[in-house]
Amino acid sequence: MALLSGWGRTPASAGDEMAVDASRPAEALSGLGDRGALARGLGRSYGDAAQNAGGRLLRLPDDVEGAVLDEAAGTLRCPAGVSLDAVMRRFVPRGWFVPVTPGTRYVTVGGAVASDIHGKNHHADGSFGHHLRRLRIMDADGRQHELTPEVDPAWWWATIGGMGLTGLVLDAEFSMIPVTTSRCVVDTERAGDLDDVIARMAEGDHRYRYSVAWIDLLATGRRLGRSVLTRGDHATVEHLPPAQRRDPLAFAPRHLASVPPGLPNVLNRASVAAFNEMWFRRAPRLRQGEVQSLSSFFHPLDAVGHWNRLYGRRGFLQYQLLVPFGEETTLRQVVEQLAESGAASFLAVLKRFGEANPGPLSFPRPGWTLTIDLPAGAPAVAALVRRLDELVLGVGGRHYLAKDAHLTPADLRSGYPRLDEWQAVRHRVDPRGVWMSDLARRLELVAPHPVPGG
Amino acid sequence: MRNAFGEPQTMLLLGGTSDIGLAIVEALLTPAARAVVLACRDVEAGRAAGQHLQRPGLEVDVVELQAEQPLTHAALMAQVSERHGDLDVIVMAVGALADTATIAGDPAMAAMLFAANATGPVALSVAAASRLRHQGHGRLVVLSSVAGERVRASLAVYGGAKAGLDATVRALDDDLVGTGASVLVVRPGFVRTRMTAGLPDAPFATTPDAVARATVAALRQGRRVVWVPGVLRYVFTVLRHLPTPVWRRIAARA
Repeated sequence: MALLSGWGRTPASAGDEMAVDASRPAEALSGLGDRGALARGLGRSYGDAAQNAGGRLLRLPDDVEGAVLDEAAGTLRCPAGVSLDAVMRRFVPRGWFVPVTPGTRYVTVGGAVASDIHGKNHHADGSFGHHLRRLRIMDADGRQHELTPEVDPAWWWATIGGMGLTGLVLDAEFSMIPVTTSRCVVDTERAGDLDDVIARMAEGDHRYRYSVAWIDLLATGRRLGRSVLTRGDHATVEHLPPAQRRDPLAFAPRHLASVPPGLPNVLNRASVAAFNEMWFRRAPRLRQGEVQSLSSFFHPLDAVGHWNRLYGRRGFLQYQLLVPFGEETTLRQVVEQLAESGAASFLAVLKRFGEANPGPLSFPRPGWTLTIDLPAGAPAVAALVRRLDELVLGVGGRHYLAKDAHLTPADLRSGYPRLDEWQAVRHRVDPRGVWMSDLARRLELVAPHPVPGG
Repeated sequence: MRNAFGEPQTMLLLGGTSDIGLAIVEALLTPAARAVVLACRDVEAGRAAGQHLQRPGLEVDVVELQAEQPLTHAALMAQVSERHGDLDVIVMAVGALADTATIAGDPAMAAMLFAANATGPVALSVAAASRLRHQGHGRLVVLSSVAGERVRASLAVYGGAKAGLDATVRALDDDLVGTGASVLVVRPGFVRTRMTAGLPDAPFATTPDAVARATVAALRQGRRVVWVPGVLRYVFTVLRHLPTPVWRRIAARA
């Protein structure tokens, strides 16, 4: 047994870690007790999604050598335990970028499917599920299936965003983005307040493949929601300065430093306010055509190892909400409450989503998504989060399960009205409840308990 | 499962009519809570005690507890888990109070009192710890007492039983390291409850609510032992080391 927690370092639970032999994956289910099994990749989901208390946690091999690129089709067939970091290090130099990347490269392909990850290109390209072609999945009885959107659409879409609870994904085939350089051309602009950034994104996002805004959630009054908007696209060789043209696809992200263990929570209001002020001032009012590396554009925090330790022993909550388009007033109320509370941390992020996919538990849908770090140990944070939940759920919004660590079963049902549909598939493909996680228990995703009057 | 704030969804109170136990459960109730199970000798009394816990979205369940029948304890844990899922917090609040004068040299009464405060609670704690170990998470809160810290003549059997319980569950906690489960030992001083009604207040007397607040804080901090009020920890550090004649004089007066 090992004590495991998510990236937010909130309550840990003990599970049995077991390496899966890729040639005989069914053996991973032999002798399984009543606490079930779950794949755990790099443990980068923030809450309890990759925990399985008292049960088994399956680690798939990180075998990037096993990834097969079909250059003609522009697709990669990749073992599920391989990280996006490994995929990029191997295939960017050959001219291929992943179709979707979150703010870190340290997620596995299996995790990308389970969370149906999204990135800065959601408004243009959708989530990871949009780019999947085929999955090889093992069911609760150890049998393997080749899934496509045509073979069993219900199982397919229940698996995309299904939090690993519909089977063990062994490998995945997905389309890649052809690139001619390992750089991006980036336009940066400052937005003076929330209305300004919303307007700029609504009007201009369609001109860019990638777009995201960083919001200063400590700014109040007429500067409420002031932001730095960065948008860009893959650079071509012509964009590069001459020195970089010799090796336009060079990709070797560097590791700058690691945060040591045992720190107290160093992110207080003063330090975060100072950081935010610096970040906002440092950004140009408008700068166009800046060439940035893929890693500094997409994964700035990956250069700092264990940055999650900055929040101290009690850990933190990453809170990612979505409100549909037309509910900007609610978004504004959320930002106001956060600014008033002073609880939010640095690097809050606002993103404008594009179209949803058919996954009943897939998070993205047309609207605004805001991502905030909150220290889990701060006294008023639980009450603040519940006020925000009410606002968000009240307008048909929802929360991202890969980051969730606080929702109740009722909140989940409200945010994901197609839960019944997902549960029907889950019951069909796993009637004995083999695939299990702490998130599933907390949210009663599976095997619900009767609620009085419910 | 506890959420990121450490708030439990499910709680089991062993000794479901205990004033302190109920105060702890109530202090742990948040919008995250969905079930509280009161395990009591007297189910009707448990229903009455559970009335004020009722709130929308929360199920208050009452089950029968036979604390003096260890053979029933594992089944009780299984039954409650089956019905309500994982148990995030189990509060062991079974106990009874009688002083040396009341026992009046009756060996049968002494044995019963010792069993009520040690044998039964130890068996229940073992059953609870075993369930939490299987789950891979959860907190067991055991109500001990400062009476067990240095046992005085007037509470010889009660104090001796609490001393045994306290030592046993701390060792249980050591055994749980790495399992995701852990034990919090609560050592209150004199608490004004139904159990102590009619007795004169001892120094540093406290209330069930104060014990509950301290317990919630200790759970949040991940502590293993909490004294209520906190100053008793230092008081007893001194008392524990007093020469016997001095201790006897002080204990006789308090």
